[in-house]
Amino acid sequence: MKNRLLTLLQENCKFTEKELAVMLDTTEDVIHAQIEEFEQQGIIAGYKALINWEKVPGADVNALIELKVTPKRDKGFDEIAQRVMSFEEVEGVYLMAGDYDLAVFVKGHSIQDIAMFVAKRLSPLESVLSASTHFILTKYKSNNVDLQNFTSDTDGRECVV
Amino acid sequence: MNYDRFLNSKITSTKPSGIRKFFDIANEMDNVISLSIGEPDFQTPWHIREQGINSLEMGKTWYTPNRGLSALCMEICRYFERRFGVSYRSDTDVLVTVGGSEAIDCALRCMVGEGDEVLIPQPSFVCYEPLTAMTGAAPVIIETKAENEFRLTPEEIEEKVTDKTKLLILPYPNNPTGGSMRKEDYEAIAPVIEKYDLMVLSDEIYAELSYGEQPPVSFASIKGMQERTIVVSGFSKAYAMTGWRLGYALGPKDILAQMIKLHQYAIMSAPTTAQYAAIEALRNGDSDIKHMREQYDMRRRLIVSSFNDMGLSCFEPRGAFYVFPCIKSTGMTSEEFATKLLMTKHVAVVPGNAFGESGEGFIRVSYSYSLNHIKEALDRIKAFITEIKDNANDRSGA
Repeated sequence: MKNRLLTLLQENCKFTEKELAVMLDTTEDVIHAQIEEFEQQGIIAGYKALINWEKVPGADVNALIELKVTPKRDKGFDEIAQRVMSFEEVEGVYLMAGDYDLAVFVKGHSIQDIAMFVAKRLSPLESVLSASTHFILTKYKSNNVDLQNFTSDTDGRECVV
Repeated sequence: MNYDRFLNSKITSTKPSGIRKFFDIANEMDNVISLSIGEPDFQTPWHIREQGINSLEMGKTWYTPNRGLSALCMEICRYFERRFGVSYRSDTDVLVTVGGSEAIDCALRCMVGEGDEVLIPQPSFVCYEPLTAMTGAAPVIIETKAENEFRLTPEEIEEKVTDKTKLLILPYPNNPTGGSMRKEDYEAIAPVIEKYDLMVLSDEIYAELSYGEQPPVSFASIKGMQERTIVVSGFSKAYAMTGWRLGYALGPKDILAQMIKLHQYAIMSAPTTAQYAAIEALRNGDSDIKHMREQYDMRRRLIVSSFNDMGLSCFEPRGAFYVFPCIKSTGMTSEEFATKLLMTKHVAVVPGNAFGESGEGFIRVSYSYSLNHIKEALDRIKAFITEIKDNANDRSGA
């Protein structure tokens, strides 16, 4: 039941407790308590609207920055990751296996903005060895949502009997 | 040129399917949200598709034996044994067809003709009545009732049976009502079938989409009924394989032998690629069915509870992916309700009378859609119902 509840909330967090209880064949009290437990455990980390900013006029620019860094003795990558994630331009930080160490997603008002952020604030950090910036041109799918409506608006089923 | 003289009056006098009309209107409109489609929204599981692709890469592009690939016939028999506890011989009792529809047509044409009567419970899928009429036999309609959850009772059979009655069609789990015959319901009608010496065409295409504690039951598993039953089933609904066009019939070898003869002349053999994919489905597809059934089940609960909350009474369907709420409380006919809902709220459902006169006063709502899609549609239907009630109150107040 727990995983199915999480999957349902991930699909649409606006389902009411009653609807969730009906779908999972249990009571609203059980659902309420379970959600509260998930929240306390940090398994449900938040409820936010998925906004397709590309449709908003004057929207921000997004980039993926590949950072190579030197890990610190005892602290590994945690210290530099914490430093990087504290910038308000930074929306996501992931430790990666492969050619670089940290994948950093940033948001800025313009390409210039992001370029200045990388040059003036990110690159000068002591542990950073190199930064390679990739600007995002179009988001096709994000958070499991088809942002271009390639699939969601078209039902391929056409048969009539 | 006037072609009337060249057309068979049996086909020209057949009414087109009542479902069609609503699709045609809905297709012209913007922002329409449909709950009218009668096929799974899932795509065929990848491992099954892969075996179809694999067979093409291996160059398996010829006809198969008329009755179907022997490996597939064997898998069908194994499946039927493990799922329903009924044994069939794969070399004589199985026919692989182009969807369940071909199996229904083939069985009817092999068993009935001029002077015979066929009992057809309604509401039910739109094909039985015209396909029966096409053979020259007379369709005799049994109107099942909402208070019985649209199950068939022995009394209802006895009311309509005559000395011309040869065949009874059992359309369960039922499209459009979602009604299902439990083991005890089947056992109750078996003595009547024996008494009047009837054969049964049991369309069990939705059997895998059965919900609740009780496992699905095949009519052939009822004591003494296997020898009187042609079971029709297929891959479309259970494995989301509608486009592959693959079904099958199981039954006594003397009847199957005639069906194979007709199938051989009319069809030759079912699609080869689909047959290879179907072998994979039967061997390794149980977990896919379980996953899809769980998804349908959640939607079913949501939709039934929502309709009842709206005041459109709706019994809990135990099978298929349809609910059949009663709309009589709105004072509208099924067609009026469906048309008005489509025009004002852009939600497409199918009027219940498209499945027989006894479906009047109901609408068929398919839950073969994503939860978000269903939630949006339900919100619109709820707004529609609220407006109707407010209007009625205004009128009675004035």
